[in-house]
Amino acid sequence: MLIFGERINGMFTDIGDGLRNKDPKALQYWAVKQEEGGAHYLDLNSGPAIPKEERAAAYEWMVKVVQEVSELPLVLDSTNYDAIEAGLKHCKRPAIINSCPAEQAKIERVFPMAIQYNAGIIGLTMDKKGIPKNAENRVAFAMELVAAADEYGLPMEDLFLDPLILPVNVAQDHCPEVLESLRQIKMLANPAPRTVLGLSNVSQKSPDRNLINRTFLAMAIASGLDAAIMDANDDALVDAAATCEILLNQSIYADSYLKVFRAR
Amino acid sequence: MPVALVKERYSSKVGEVVLGATSEQGGTRTTTVTVGGDSGLPFLHFENQVTNRAVIAMEVTDIVPEWSETITKQIGDVINNPVAWAKKCVEEFGADLIYLKFDGADPEGENRSPEDCARIVKDVLAAVGVPLIVEGCNDPEKNNAVITAVAEAAAGENLLIGVAEQNDYKSMAAAAMVHKHTLIARSPLDINICKQLNILINEMGLPLNKIIIDPTVAGLGFGIEYVYSIMERARLGALAGDRMLSMPIICTVGYEANRCKEAHASEEEFPGWGDLEDRSVLWEAVTASGVLEVGASILVMRNPKAAGIVKKHIADMMNQ
Repeated sequence: MLIFGERINGMFTDIGDGLRNKDPKALQYWAVKQEEGGAHYLDLNSGPAIPKEERAAAYEWMVKVVQEVSELPLVLDSTNYDAIEAGLKHCKRPAIINSCPAEQAKIERVFPMAIQYNAGIIGLTMDKKGIPKNAENRVAFAMELVAAADEYGLPMEDLFLDPLILPVNVAQDHCPEVLESLRQIKMLANPAPRTVLGLSNVSQKSPDRNLINRTFLAMAIASGLDAAIMDANDDALVDAAATCEILLNQSIYADSYLKVFRAR
Repeated sequence: MPVALVKERYSSKVGEVVLGATSEQGGTRTTTVTVGGDSGLPFLHFENQVTNRAVIAMEVTDIVPEWSETITKQIGDVINNPVAWAKKCVEEFGADLIYLKFDGADPEGENRSPEDCARIVKDVLAAVGVPLIVEGCNDPEKNNAVITAVAEAAAGENLLIGVAEQNDYKSMAAAAMVHKHTLIARSPLDINICKQLNILINEMGLPLNKIIIDPTVAGLGFGIEYVYSIMERARLGALAGDRMLSMPIICTVGYEANRCKEAHASEEEFPGWGDLEDRSVLWEAVTASGVLEVGASILVMRNPKAAGIVKKHIADMMNQ
């Protein structure tokens, strides 16, 4: 189970301010803190803090300042592919591009870039029309992305398919569809593509966010989830991920398994 | 029709551990032994390169052991003298390492002092050039005292000392750290305790490449298949990236095989079992070969003829 730390995102005030003022303190603080919490990758997202024309420079800067304090590989999170590419040029370890929907034009832009920079891709099971209502259509989009990986020569384990979870308080019916999608996506190819979710989305604007995140994470891992963009400093959530690995017999039990899960 | 071999690829490998230290490394060994490093299951040469062959450590005890005559007569007179015995193991029997066991330190027995044990270790070190494995007696408290004294007296030699167990690992891990030795971590045929013990020792500050796993083995016919499956699970875990199970494995096959009645009961007693000489050698050699196939790196053996057969078997399996 891979944890992509979600905290370095311009939507948070401290990161947004840091980006605007070119002050790396908050970014570096969260890079270290998320690594301590158990993150395997750090997601970097400038959010709307930076005007479009300055995004490329902002991603280059983010990558550089975060790598000054952390060895963790990065997930470059933006809809602006030029900004992602500017960041990729400076990544010390193979990064992941977040994200590419099942749209031909974007596939043609993103997949060759991933090959060029030895990066992975988070593929979204949606197109221009939005997120499908059911598992069947999500899996159909997933198949298009698997075919693209095949066509461009992206190793299947570098393709992370995200069946897109929506907030439970507005789209409850999507939750079981996402779980079913995870199960089916793992059967699309051999070796199977990997799977990922933007976990915190499931609990947007609900009062018991941590409980919802934690419960859904366990259900999703049991359904085939390999990675999550999530709160790496919610200890109970990270503990749940570690415990799922044990209960699914994916790693060998030892009394100190929680500690080992965080150690690298 | 040509058949394409299915090859398994693993994400990780078994850690490499060096035993012994030459004079440049702070010790006095003429050779060191490197074990581990496997990037796949044993002897699958088409799949992965086996970098370090398994090695044989021959057991020497500080007092005359109560072993079967089939073994003691091969050792001969030197059985009264651990230093000469060790020398014979290296020079005549081809041992890669010496495994020195201080049964005589047991308070219920001769109660040999820790200082006396340390002196014998120094004498053996002076007599042979190969790395040494040193184990105390079966009394935990005395064992700690013996190993602490030995570790200090042989500081820098990078002995393999033991054994640390889940309820008693701290003083031995400290001795290994302070005096630059490697440690045997023994678990009672239990993969979960095996992993936990490695975690605990590592938490004290001993690096993973200074730990050797002793999973506890069983002789042929007495649960060796259970040992096999535990070792296989640990190995597959290591290859899948479980660092806390990624250490090379030592197996005390001589001790276990010779506890089996089949290795020492006479032909008169069991006429159907055949000649004891052959049976005794084969019992130990087959026990050793069994654990070898699942990734044992260090085989601790007693019977010189069995050790010879296994040594040839290792060479055959390595295509040498």
